[in-house]
Amino acid sequence: MTSFDKAYFNLGYIDTLSYGDSFVHRLDPRVKLIVTIVFIVSVVSFPKYEILRLIPFFLFPVFMMTAGNIPSGFVLKRMLFVSPFVIMTGIFNPILDSKTFHLVSGLTISAGWVSFFSIMLRFLLTVSSALLLIATTSFYGVCHALNSLGLPRAFVIQMVFLYRYTFVLAGEAMRMVRGVTIRSSNRGMGMGTFVNLLGVLFLRTMKRSEAIYQAMCSRGFDGEVRLLRSLRIRLNDLAFAIISITLFIIFRWFDIPGYIGGLVIR
Amino acid sequence: MSHHIVEFKDVCFSYPDGTEALRGVSFRITHGEAVGIIGANGAGKSTLLFHMNGCLMPSSGTVLIGEFELNKKTRADIRKRVGLVFQNPDDQLFMPTVYEDVAFGPLNLGLSEDVVRARVEEALATVGCYRLKDRPPHHLSMGQRRAVSIAAVIAMQPDILVMDEPSADLDPRSRRQLISLLKGFTHTKIIASHDLDLIMDTCTRCIVLSDGRITADGSAEEILMDEGLLVENGLELPLSLKYRCMQQEGAFHD
Repeated sequence: MTSFDKAYFNLGYIDTLSYGDSFVHRLDPRVKLIVTIVFIVSVVSFPKYEILRLIPFFLFPVFMMTAGNIPSGFVLKRMLFVSPFVIMTGIFNPILDSKTFHLVSGLTISAGWVSFFSIMLRFLLTVSSALLLIATTSFYGVCHALNSLGLPRAFVIQMVFLYRYTFVLAGEAMRMVRGVTIRSSNRGMGMGTFVNLLGVLFLRTMKRSEAIYQAMCSRGFDGEVRLLRSLRIRLNDLAFAIISITLFIIFRWFDIPGYIGGLVIR
Repeated sequence: MSHHIVEFKDVCFSYPDGTEALRGVSFRITHGEAVGIIGANGAGKSTLLFHMNGCLMPSSGTVLIGEFELNKKTRADIRKRVGLVFQNPDDQLFMPTVYEDVAFGPLNLGLSEDVVRARVEEALATVGCYRLKDRPPHHLSMGQRRAVSIAAVIAMQPDILVMDEPSADLDPRSRRQLISLLKGFTHTKIIASHDLDLIMDTCTRCIVLSDGRITADGSAEEILMDEGLLVENGLELPLSLKYRCMQQEGAFHD
């Protein structure tokens, strides 16, 4: 398998995961979307030196992952891909922010390290929950949720089409790359071949978009895409939303780790 | 009934790059006829089919669908009556799930949601794909995609069914199912294909295209048995007939 093939099947993997069947998968996509947004907002709204109070929030991604049967390797690997960007945003904090910060009596570190660590925790929390939302909800479910929450139809349709034809385009590109690999033995693909390939792919895309438009017109398309309403909120969804949002509020407004710590020390 | 008629009068069409795809095509297909359109690659079959619902407009000549002449004003109405199944199912299945895709056409007809649901379910059951309803098209096999794209068209309940290479990329069993499905569709149907056996099984009339012109038009049986005519137009005898001829000649006896 070429690396391109691998990328193609990886793309399919997230998609396949999202069609699984579990408690989390069966939740209404609107509910999952709102809960995830509330989660992210509560996490990022903490002051910049906060660490301990972020910890309880890990319950949410861990719950989504285990209840949704999502392999932890999948989430960790993808987080790793994004991590360089996050590390770069925070890495200069220890140098720029050189105030001292008392950890325990006698032990001090620069406040920059604390805020850097806080950034990393926030990154872990928010990115993993967004990934888990995608992995447990079909992309189309997310689009449907956005549509019913008031995102303009034009954007939703754009996303729907983009997603549908990502697979067609990627499949086409994969077959082309295979064709080149088969006939170029070990020499790899030169710049010239690559440019040609890209050109052909572009022309095919144009042709296909025209064909799709014709197919839409053939079925009475008049400029507006109509969707069937298919979402229904059930008791499970409500329970999930109420419990998780209440927990987020408690975690946000009350110092749970401090409270537990106080109990232990006393 | 007069409104299921398809009539071409001296239709010519050339693509913007100058290729003359149709050079004066005339025929009349009446209600309930099953017509096969055959011809070698590049003979103009697909171009011809695209004229039946206004995906392409003739450069000269007229196309009549029912009592309407095809033009920009009547095109939208004609599309409600003529169901066109494209050659490549990926072009046709653009919605994210099978169910939504089949519902796309009926929703555009302005039907109520209950009617749309009933039609979608009926159409999917007809092609034997009901259990696939929540799957995204890219998870389906080619044969399933083909079946779903046919369901998407029959859910609109067209008077005239037009298909471009319906049996391409089908395995033998799905092809057999397609043939019985086509036999069950009693309205006018027009099928372009290289699969001459399929044409023989489903059509009563046959039009042979070659280089943008009609070279023969007559009963399917006569045309498909005329080896000379078929070879002249870049085709061959249908396999089942060939087999029968060979048996008669005793090729399998020694």
